[in-house]
Amino acid sequence: MKELLELTVAEAAARIAATELSAAEYFSAWREAAAGDELNAYLSRVEHPLDHQDMEGPLGGIPVAVKDIFCTEGTPTTAGSRILEGYIPPYTAAAVRRLDEAGARVLGKTNMDEFAMGSSNENSGYGPVLNPWDRGRVPGGSSGGSAAAVAGGLAPCALGTDTGGSIRQPASLCGIVGLKPTYGAISRYGMIAFASSLDQCGPLTRDVTDAALLLAVMEGRDPCDSTSVGIEGGIVAPSREDLKGLRFGVPRQLDGDSFEAGVRKTFEATLARIEALGGEIAEIGLPSAEHGISAYYVIAPAEASSNLARYDGVRYGMRSGGDGDLLEMYETTRAEGFGTEVKRRIMLGTYALSSGYYDAYYGQAQKVRTRIAEDFSTAFETIDFVVTPTSPSVAFGLGEKTADPLEMYLNDFFTVPMSLAGIPAISIPAGLAEPEGGGKRLPVGFQIAAPAFAEQKLLEASYALEQAIGFDSRPEGVGD
Amino acid sequence: MLHVARLARLRLSDEEVERMIGELSGILDHVDRIGNLGLEGVEPTSHVVALENVWRADVPRPSLPQDVALATAPEPLDGAFKVPSPQADA
Repeated sequence: MKELLELTVAEAAARIAATELSAAEYFSAWREAAAGDELNAYLSRVEHPLDHQDMEGPLGGIPVAVKDIFCTEGTPTTAGSRILEGYIPPYTAAAVRRLDEAGARVLGKTNMDEFAMGSSNENSGYGPVLNPWDRGRVPGGSSGGSAAAVAGGLAPCALGTDTGGSIRQPASLCGIVGLKPTYGAISRYGMIAFASSLDQCGPLTRDVTDAALLLAVMEGRDPCDSTSVGIEGGIVAPSREDLKGLRFGVPRQLDGDSFEAGVRKTFEATLARIEALGGEIAEIGLPSAEHGISAYYVIAPAEASSNLARYDGVRYGMRSGGDGDLLEMYETTRAEGFGTEVKRRIMLGTYALSSGYYDAYYGQAQKVRTRIAEDFSTAFETIDFVVTPTSPSVAFGLGEKTADPLEMYLNDFFTVPMSLAGIPAISIPAGLAEPEGGGKRLPVGFQIAAPAFAEQKLLEASYALEQAIGFDSRPEGVGD
Repeated sequence: MLHVARLARLRLSDEEVERMIGELSGILDHVDRIGNLGLEGVEPTSHVVALENVWRADVPRPSLPQDVALATAPEPLDGAFKVPSPQADA
């Protein structure tokens, strides 16, 4: 029998359902593993008592690490920010509630870039998360704690959020699966808002089957989020074994120089695997995608500057400067509570939305967004999926990119266009590659994107490819 | 810079202002690439899912009780949020 912690979520759930495994025993084993966190992956762990009667359903007894951006009733929720230190939400996010109703339980809340703004987890107000493959490197971000917890053997699965790549990029850098569903597939109710027209939650898991299992439970319309629509027909476990008759588009604009040699080699090897499985590779044009970063870094900060106006020391979180007048209290609270990157984006967004600049920045970026969505629609007339590397590089060193914010933003080059178009995309581990300049081999992610609400088709193709790749590497000391 | 900071209700230190001027200029230079794309007549996208109005029955539903909603406030007072006076010497 495989060790308890080595079981996938689907395997564990099946054994628990067949009463071959006790839900409480399984949960306790994970609780113990999570308590040994040396990666700063968790910000808090939940110590609720275990009640077996309560843990019935398709995910009965399954522990889930939940990004600290989801409100959880009675458990501290910070969004990685000092401004929310000590905040205990009075209600639970819809996605977490759906998992709970399916029998799963929150194991702990995971570390993240403050308000999900970052690609390395170095913007957390509570210290960076370390990559389990190499503790001198970043796990990616912003769902870095969730990715590190799953890759580092501290949780069997996790929840994250993705605004411009925040599930897919850390999944890639940590060698696990990360799925960003279509905008509207899962309710955003109770998910602390960053950029409301882009934010979407999704699973980070060890394999594609587990991602399908979590998505199946979480998707659906929710009256508390009027933009949620769910996925028609629902989601079932994928089982496809080949890629016959499927066409995979590689954007012509993918310039080999814009990403690491090791990433390119793994990407090309994966394309060869697709062909070996009967899939067809075609070159496509996504002419506007190259402007994705520019449009994203107007739209996301603009929406963030508006969403973050609510942190003003009145209704929740910290308050500072309360002895002066109201304006002084606002400004002091926000000056002390927000970190550098959040301030930078609030400034950028406020500027882009300010009188006289709105059309030139926000209006123009929204038009670019239309063009990018049209590019994808046109491509999907002749192909089934768009494929790219998930990230231009393997995990980079802590502190390596913090000096230049723009360089950090360019990390999202491959993931941002799908977010702007609102379409689903997954990152699956495709192999290991040496970082530029040499060193220990690290995971490389392969991104597959599909038309809106085609999650089932996306999961089927990802599953077939995953079986062919057979990625089974783990960080040193995990799963031994 | 200081005008935008005031609009955003952010107090920045002199050092923060100086650093941010350089950083934001760099980011805006990159962003400005979309300025001349010739997108006249293109409809802006504010929402990606084709949704029009979403209706629900106009029936009251339970909501957070007042004491629960106030429990997370830094300074609740008599069923309300206490804030400093808008005027310094009032």
